[in-house]
This record gives sequence, C-alpha cells and structure tokens, in this order.
Amino acid sequence: MARKILTEHINVPGIETFEVYRKQGGYTAVEKAIKTMTPEEVVEEAKKSGVRGRGGAGFPMGMKWGFLAKPEGVPRYLVCNADESEPGTFKDHYLMKMIPHLLIEGMIVSSFALGANKSFIYVRGELMYVIHILEKAIEEAKAQGFLGKNILGSGYDLELVVQPGGGAYICGEETALLESLEGKRGNPRNKPPFPAVKGLYQCPTVVNNVESISNMPWIINNGGEAYAQIGVGRSTGTKLISASGHIQKPGVYEIELGLSVEEFMNSDEYCGGIRKGHHLKALVAGGSSVPILPANLIMKTANGEDRLMSYESLSDGGFATGSMLGSGGFIVFDETACIVKNTWNFSRFYHHESCGQCSPCREGTGWMEKVLHRIEHGHGSMHDVDLLVDITKKIEGNTICPLGDAASWPVASAIRHFRDEFVWHITHPSEASAPGAVYRGDMALV
Amino acid sequence: MTDTPNTVAFTPERLVKAQEMIARYPEGRQKSALLPILHLMQEQMGWVSSEAMDYVAELLDIKPVEVYEVATFYTMFHLEPVGKHVIEYCRTGPCCLMGGEEVYAHLRQKLGINPGETTTDGKFTIKEVECLAACGWGPVFQVREKYYMNLTNEKVDEIIDELSK
Repeated sequence: MARKILTEHINVPGIETFEVYRKQGGYTAVEKAIKTMTPEEVVEEAKKSGVRGRGGAGFPMGMKWGFLAKPEGVPRYLVCNADESEPGTFKDHYLMKMIPHLLIEGMIVSSFALGANKSFIYVRGELMYVIHILEKAIEEAKAQGFLGKNILGSGYDLELVVQPGGGAYICGEETALLESLEGKRGNPRNKPPFPAVKGLYQCPTVVNNVESISNMPWIINNGGEAYAQIGVGRSTGTKLISASGHIQKPGVYEIELGLSVEEFMNSDEYCGGIRKGHHLKALVAGGSSVPILPANLIMKTANGEDRLMSYESLSDGGFATGSMLGSGGFIVFDETACIVKNTWNFSRFYHHESCGQCSPCREGTGWMEKVLHRIEHGHGSMHDVDLLVDITKKIEGNTICPLGDAASWPVASAIRHFRDEFVWHITHPSEASAPGAVYRGDMALV
Repeated sequence: MTDTPNTVAFTPERLVKAQEMIARYPEGRQKSALLPILHLMQEQMGWVSSEAMDYVAELLDIKPVEVYEVATFYTMFHLEPVGKHVIEYCRTGPCCLMGGEEVYAHLRQKLGINPGETTTDGKFTIKEVECLAACGWGPVFQVREKYYMNLTNEKVDEIIDELSK
C-alpha cells in the first residue's frame, strides 16, 4: 500500500467529529507549532517540504508564503480556496466532507505561520452541506480551545470564517475569489499588485487550496524534509487524484507523486482499468483545462519513457506531446466518446463561466462554442477547424486571468491530436450528427 | 426601486442570523456578508426579487446597484419565482460520459418541462448547471443542499416520486 498523508484515517467511523479525529492524532500539529515553534520555523518547514499548490498552478506553497508583506500594524489574511469547480475535479469536496478537521487543523497551523488572526475558507456555494460540516467542526475546535482567543494559552488568537460562493467558476482564480469575498462580482484583478502585497481589503493575503493546506499537519508532525522524501524530484509528497469517466472505479485516490500513469489507470488499488469490453481513447489528466492526450501519449511520453503522475512527467513534451498535472482531475475516455462533442461541451462551460471582463475571452469563448456546436451538429465547413485554432491563439495570453488560456487549451489540443475526427464531422455531417455517433478511424495524428 | 413600501423582510430568526453574518467581518467591511445574506434570502423566499435586493442593500448599508450587480453575476440566485424544488442538473463533460444526457432526457420527459420551466403544479423547476464537483459519482443533480448522485432513469423516478409527496 502506498503512503497516505491526507486520507490515512478518512474511513475511520466518526472521523468527522473532533473526538475521533483527536484520537487519531489530530491537532497535535497545532500543539507542536504553537507551543514549540516560531511562525518563521513553520514557514521554513513548508518551504523544505517542497509542497506545491494543489489547486492546479503547482506553485511552491512555502515560497508563496515567503512573499507575504508584513507592514507594521496592518492585518494579514489567509484565505483557503475551496471553490473547487474545474470539471473533473472533486477531491476537495471529498476531503472536506469526509475529514473536515484536517483542513481546520491545517488552517490553524498555516494562519499561525503567516500571523493571521482572521482566516477565511471560501467554499463554492453549491456545497452548502459541506459548509455546515465545516462550521460544526470549527465550533468543536473552538470549544476545545484550538480556535478563538488565546489558543492553548499561547496568546495567539484566530477566528475562522466559512464563506459561501454563488456558483461562479471564475472565483477559483485567487483575485476573483478575493473580490467575491469582499461582496463584489468575481472579476479578476490586474496584477501587480499581487495578493501577497494587496489582497483582501487591500491587506497582505495568502490564498491556498484546500489540499495544499491539509498537508500542513503532517508536515509539522513529521518535518518538511520527510515530506520532500516522498514523491519524485520537484513533485514532492502525495496528490489527491479525482478519477472519472470510463473506468471501473471512479473516485478520489491519494497517490505518491511519481506513480506511473499505467499503474494508476489499471491497478485495482486505483482506477481498475477501462470499463469492460472497451479500450482507452484519450485522457484529460488534470482537469478540463489541460491539453487532452491521445491513447499513444498517455502511458509513455513521446520519447518512449514511462509517463508518471508528476508535474514534470505529465508536461513532458510541452503542449506538442504532453499535458499537465493541473488539479488532478483525471478524466478517462474510451472509444465510445466523441472528442468533438466533448470539446464543444467544455467550450460551452468556459463560455458560460467567462466573467466578461476581457474581450478576447468574453467574445472568443462564445465564438469557439458556436463553431464547435455547428461542427458537432453537421453544419461545419472545412475552414472552421483552422478558424478555431486561430481563435485559441488570439485568446491565449491576452486576458487578465488564466480562464482564457483554460478555455483555449482543450480546443487547441483536441484539434492537434484528433484533427481527423473534426474533419470527419465536416465531411460526413449526417453520420456525425446522428445520436451517439463516434468517429472510428485512425484516432491520433500526432 | 419602486415608490411603494418594501414588504420584503427577514423573519426575526433570519434577521438574527444575518446580523451574526455581518459581524464576522472587520468593521466597515459588512459588504462581505452580501453573498451569505443573499443565500439566506433565497432560503426564505425561494428566489431573490428586486424588492428583496433593496431590502438587503438597506440592511448592509450599500447602494441597491451593488446588490443587483452581484445577484445577477452569480448563477445560484434565482431572479424569478421558481417551483418548490429546483432541480439543478449538471450538464458538464464528465457527467455526460456517465450517461448524463440520457438520464436528463428522461427527467425532462417525466416532468414534461424544459430547462428554465416550472411544472404547472408549481412543484418542480429544471435548471441546467455546470460542473458540481462530483464527477466520479455522476450523473448528478442537486435540489437545494442535497446532492443526488450515480443517477439512472429508475433512480430519477424514485426521487421525483419522493419529492412529489
């Protein structure tokens, strides 16, 4: 069995309660950090661990903490990003509902490290039932002296507030999240200034993902160096993978980074292979925004090396032959899936979720959805394929936030690897637009 | 805004809740309570009317337009009256791979309505939503706070029958 950092106790009956969580060694990291360490020492352990942002960007968390400005007399804030909305990603949802105290403990340790006395957990509004679970956990922790005034007699005060979103994917972008937390529309901010200097209420702020923060209790208990020994290279530690699509066992799995894609996909400990009687066609490895990979580039890189579940290996080959680990949203497609239809579906998502602030994204996502809709429904023309590629190039890199890139990559990569499937839709409109129709020719043109 | 007196107000219990929400934020930052308070209003009314938005603006001491622009940006808020149960159906890729479209067709047929419509008895409204972060347990829909997962046609029948009671 692989090492578990986040999910070791997740199936213990009653683990959602303070009592059971505490019995399993919970809140010892708070005691250790607050009683025996300085905030700087906690930051140092985070840096040593090498843990990278688990929301999708993969930026080293300790380094991000190191950027936090500390002007005299100005409050600092920690905000947990629990606005999990990237299609294919449901790990934070699972973690928070199953073992809420892990995040609460991580928030206390991290807030202490950053010198924050009021911290927020911004949860997507649809997960109102999870918000109630977190609020209950906070009440329990407060009653036991782990939150509130003078925590464990140390003189350190911390209040945790759980904030609901309102159903906007864009609020997963950290500056849009801060706008939303201030009671405004979720329009991303221009950077600089970065949140580390001017964030929530124009005060220095750190925004971290649920899973990133949930690693902190283990890191404090065992040391950053021990964490860094798990994983491979600069992909340290474990990662929660949300597995969905045409596999035997969809669900959330904790893996040690560096596990081979083949083992993750086929072993019974994880996905259990493609559903019976079918075969692998494509993979979106890290949430809907990352480039889709055709079957021949999933288990092996273009160089013929084993593809690993790590930041580096999944992006090996760049966008020509690689993808990204992203948020760990592992969506598997078998031969019954239509790539054109799925690309149109993802395009509709990004069009729906564009905040409308930047013209290339506001207009471009709509154009892509429209062109893909007509190709899928048998009204495409040959120049539509290159038109789509052209639109992606004009959105990518030309917007305030990465939503424009996120909308472009699935389209560009689908055409890069499955161009013949798009062309078939155009040359065989009535066959292609029949219900359930799927192109069965040579799948990948790499 | 209208000239007629505003008849919308929180119930006494919800008003206490709303005031607790406002007190969570630093002084002068009461606008941060806008999203939680809009959720609270929708919980009470079933939807958020423009009168309700005016009331919320007054409660938070902000301009009505600051509430309008937020209520119209976030898709969870119903800006028109809806049925007793709003079925928020996930239409995004991973759910579709799990047969989401077939189950969705069955649901629409069973209720005899399209997205955005309400059944004539006022019991059900269907609303299409994007990814609900439950892809491994798809197809999925949500009714208020409850997630209904791993849906099949048979399961949909059971759920609708149960909610119809």
